[in-house]
Amino acid sequence: MPTVSVKRDLLFHALGRTYSDEEFDELCFEFGLELDEITSEKDIISREQGDTKAEGASDVILYKIDVPANRYDLLCLEGLVRGLQVFKEKMEAPRYRRVSPTSGEPQRLVITEETAAVRPHAVAAVLRNITFTQERYDSFIELQEKLHQNVCRKRTLVAIGTHDLDTISGPFTYTAKPPDDIRFTPLNQAQEYTATELMNLYKTDSHLRHYLHIIEDKPVYPVIYDSNGIVLSMPPIINGDHSKISLNTKNVFIECTATDLTKAKIVLDMMVTMFCEYCEEPFTVEEAEVVYPDGRTFQYPELAYRKETLSGDFINRKVGISESTERIAQLLTKMCLRSEVMSDGEQIEVEIPPTRSDVIHACDIMEDAAMAYGFNNIIRTTPRTYTVANQCSQEDIADKLLKNISDTRACHIANPKTAEFQVARTTLLPGLLKTLAANRKMPLPLRLFEISDVVLKDETKDVGAKNNRRLCAVYYNKSPGFEVIHGLMDRVMQLLEVKPGRDEGYHIQAAQDSSFFPGRCAEIFAHGKSIGRLGVLHPDVISRFELTMPCSALDIDIEPFL
Amino acid sequence: MADAGLVETLLRCVEKADGGLDSQDVATSLGVDHQAIVGAVKSLQALGDVISAEQRSSKHWELTGEGCEIAEQGSHEARVFSSIPDEGMPQGQLMKLAFGKVGFSKAMSNKWIRLDKGHEGGPRVFRTVENIEDSVRDKLLVVQKGQSSQLEEKEKSELKKRKLLSEVTVKSYWITKGSLFSTTITKQETELTPEMIASGSWKEKKFKPYNFEAMGVAPDCGHLHPLMKVRTQFRQIFLEMGFTEMPTNNFIESSFWNFDSLFQPQQHPARDQHDTFFLSDPAQAHEFPLDYLERVRKVHSEGGFGSQGYKYDWKIEEAQKNILRTHTTAVSARMLYKLAQKEKFTPVKYFSIDRVFRNETLDATHLAEFHQIEGVVADYGLTLGDLMGILHQFFTKLGITKLRFKPAYNPYTEPSMEVFSYHEGLKKWVEVGNSGVFRPEMLLPMGLPEGVTVIAWGLSLERPTMIKYGINNIRELVGHKVNLQMVYDSPVCRLDA
Repeated sequence: MPTVSVKRDLLFHALGRTYSDEEFDELCFEFGLELDEITSEKDIISREQGDTKAEGASDVILYKIDVPANRYDLLCLEGLVRGLQVFKEKMEAPRYRRVSPTSGEPQRLVITEETAAVRPHAVAAVLRNITFTQERYDSFIELQEKLHQNVCRKRTLVAIGTHDLDTISGPFTYTAKPPDDIRFTPLNQAQEYTATELMNLYKTDSHLRHYLHIIEDKPVYPVIYDSNGIVLSMPPIINGDHSKISLNTKNVFIECTATDLTKAKIVLDMMVTMFCEYCEEPFTVEEAEVVYPDGRTFQYPELAYRKETLSGDFINRKVGISESTERIAQLLTKMCLRSEVMSDGEQIEVEIPPTRSDVIHACDIMEDAAMAYGFNNIIRTTPRTYTVANQCSQEDIADKLLKNISDTRACHIANPKTAEFQVARTTLLPGLLKTLAANRKMPLPLRLFEISDVVLKDETKDVGAKNNRRLCAVYYNKSPGFEVIHGLMDRVMQLLEVKPGRDEGYHIQAAQDSSFFPGRCAEIFAHGKSIGRLGVLHPDVISRFELTMPCSALDIDIEPFL
Repeated sequence: MADAGLVETLLRCVEKADGGLDSQDVATSLGVDHQAIVGAVKSLQALGDVISAEQRSSKHWELTGEGCEIAEQGSHEARVFSSIPDEGMPQGQLMKLAFGKVGFSKAMSNKWIRLDKGHEGGPRVFRTVENIEDSVRDKLLVVQKGQSSQLEEKEKSELKKRKLLSEVTVKSYWITKGSLFSTTITKQETELTPEMIASGSWKEKKFKPYNFEAMGVAPDCGHLHPLMKVRTQFRQIFLEMGFTEMPTNNFIESSFWNFDSLFQPQQHPARDQHDTFFLSDPAQAHEFPLDYLERVRKVHSEGGFGSQGYKYDWKIEEAQKNILRTHTTAVSARMLYKLAQKEKFTPVKYFSIDRVFRNETLDATHLAEFHQIEGVVADYGLTLGDLMGILHQFFTKLGITKLRFKPAYNPYTEPSMEVFSYHEGLKKWVEVGNSGVFRPEMLLPMGLPEGVTVIAWGLSLERPTMIKYGINNIRELVGHKVNLQMVYDSPVCRLDA
């Protein structure tokens, strides 16, 4: 869940009122946000680096707000304020428009076919006559970072580049070249580097090194040039220094390169919708043209408004409320989904704005209606679903064949967390022995058991593995206590209604097993099939688990008895 | 019972003494070990108020082993002095004596002897004075006579430093007559025997009173792990509410059932190495219901069933990857698919409680595996209000009645709600679970009828268990570092209490 950090006073100013922390927390709760922390830059630095470092840092109060992972429209102050103001019916959701340039042709980004091998898609747009302040500028940079971390999946799917349009001139070319053939001065550096040199330079960069792997092993790297051969960016790593934006930038050229076109369109829409309110003509975005190698041409940003029609009855039935169609349309409008009751009085036409890419189904609209109504205002009802309860059904295990333990192999984890857990366990015994070792201070004897699942490979299953329910028990004392563990097994069999005997009952017979002390191990047979072993553990096993006393153990498959 | 003779002797001593006496003095005067007197005091105390004995402790000085040796044979330096003849002694020979080394240096510093390093035939030691006074021995003898108070503190601590004296604390009893004091005692019986019953002799006997302050003998019994106790309670609640248990015996699951079937897109962060454990062997699942798989592919990549879809290139290779299941919802997906394949839809209520695995950062409250509790209801026309109602009933059975719901996001439920309960102790709302309505993009490709709604909720088993049993570190609860004393001591689980 992404966390957005905003200055409290700035937020309240934009919201047109102040809240107490509790009031704002309550508002967040209602709107599906979470006021995670109230802090300041000073607090953060002093917590992370100590009080001395924090001296002189800003003590402006910051709200850290958790935003649901699919709400990219709430990842910056501008979006949060717009969402909350519309929710509180203090303003109407703005209508975003794509416009043509007032004079001349639209900016054009031409994609060459070399990009197909590494990052085949690009979209672009222009924010014309924008006014930045320090706060707006910071928020603009921060939003790119938030989008990169979330919807862009750490720049693998989409990478954003923003440029001062007045420092470059179109048409722009998005191509891909061998790294040694790319040479430019990257953002915040004083000299030119080749792409190969840059990749080396950034190996130690705490921020950029995480993105190098995306193109590192590709024969060609993506790069965008302007008509004079100036490098705008080498996505997804770094922009050029030449076209960097500043507080004085008036016209912003935004490009997004991508491996996933759908996500690129969403990201571009987010960037422009969030910040076009600072343009001379608010909520308008100047179009740019993107030309694919095959000649297909597209206008961006899409800023698509989609219409869905659903009935008030649908919402009422799904949520469990009974509101009028008008009221439901009003609720949806509060969620930035402008809605109107159609002429039949039953249907509602809902307009999904480009900022709400999370709305992909009528159920998403229904949720918004429920949120606007207030989850906690919905009357709690009892479903009339009539069912009869059953404990875990037995049929799925009854037909299972007994398998010899030695036929089975362990399932291996590809990305284990610790050296201790590299395979899914195939036996419960080590866990019990480790438990003994961790509890050596407890008075003897220690008698432990576990009934649980182990995992074994099994070709006949769709995933190639299955669980196996086992019973394992250990007796740890000054004497091995084989008779104790044997008695336990007899008791288990008695409770399972298996009688002692060779054929239909159970019996044990001497066996060899490297885990057990020679001559002190027996195999257990039930209904003629081997189900496990019992015996006195081998002294080597005991010492390997850092134990010092004799120990006897029982380990059986209990699935045949379930 | 202590030696009866000694007990009676002690009683006579007490009778004679005015105002009481000290057990140490009794031991000294009778010439018996003090412990024997203590034994006699204890057995008299057990008889009721025959005597009263008040424990006191006193400190006194005692000779150490080495100190005793010196008191007997003289200090090391004195012995060195006396073993050197008039013609002197080679240093090497002197050093071979047991007391040689320590005695030599002390005698040197006392200037009783001298060392002639240049002597012909090696260094030789000579006396320098005629007579000496062995003050160390004298002082130790004073202490041995029990007159340590005659020595100055400084002298005592000097001897203590030389490990010749030690200060010991002596526990003794101050014994006085009790209200039932008598010099003759009747032997009390400890327990009733069959013989006493048969002969009726119990009527004449006096019985030793029980000590009701003592603990009983612990019964020889087993102890269930707290997680199992809480799990049993949760199962009970689900069964009471008419829920059927799902078979969850498949820790290894394909990404298809764990994610894709739940409409969780393939680029979702949860499907990352950092969040999920992947298998290297068996690395892939090899069998899927193909027509269903195709519908899943379609709803992800193109949409359908009223959905826009995620519009990305859905790959079967991703779906095939085997993982350790990250939630039991994978089992719910399999069960709902199975339900959809039946000729006629019947409403169901399912539950499960079993292990799930996440590649989490491990700390005091997180492990890479935990137990998920899940409830699922599928029927025509269920509402969000129904979900909240059933959650209310479920949590009421857990003793939690104050609930509220927060909108949340989850890829496979819409609406999604986090469940909060008011914690009376913390005086704030705390999250107790997650819930939601399964998305149509999940249910319709399975083949469930259009009007069927499926509501579900989940929570972890560890969290309520830790709260219930006051455990702060999850490692003490789960895994081999479990504290067995905690397992032995934990009470039965009554969740409504």
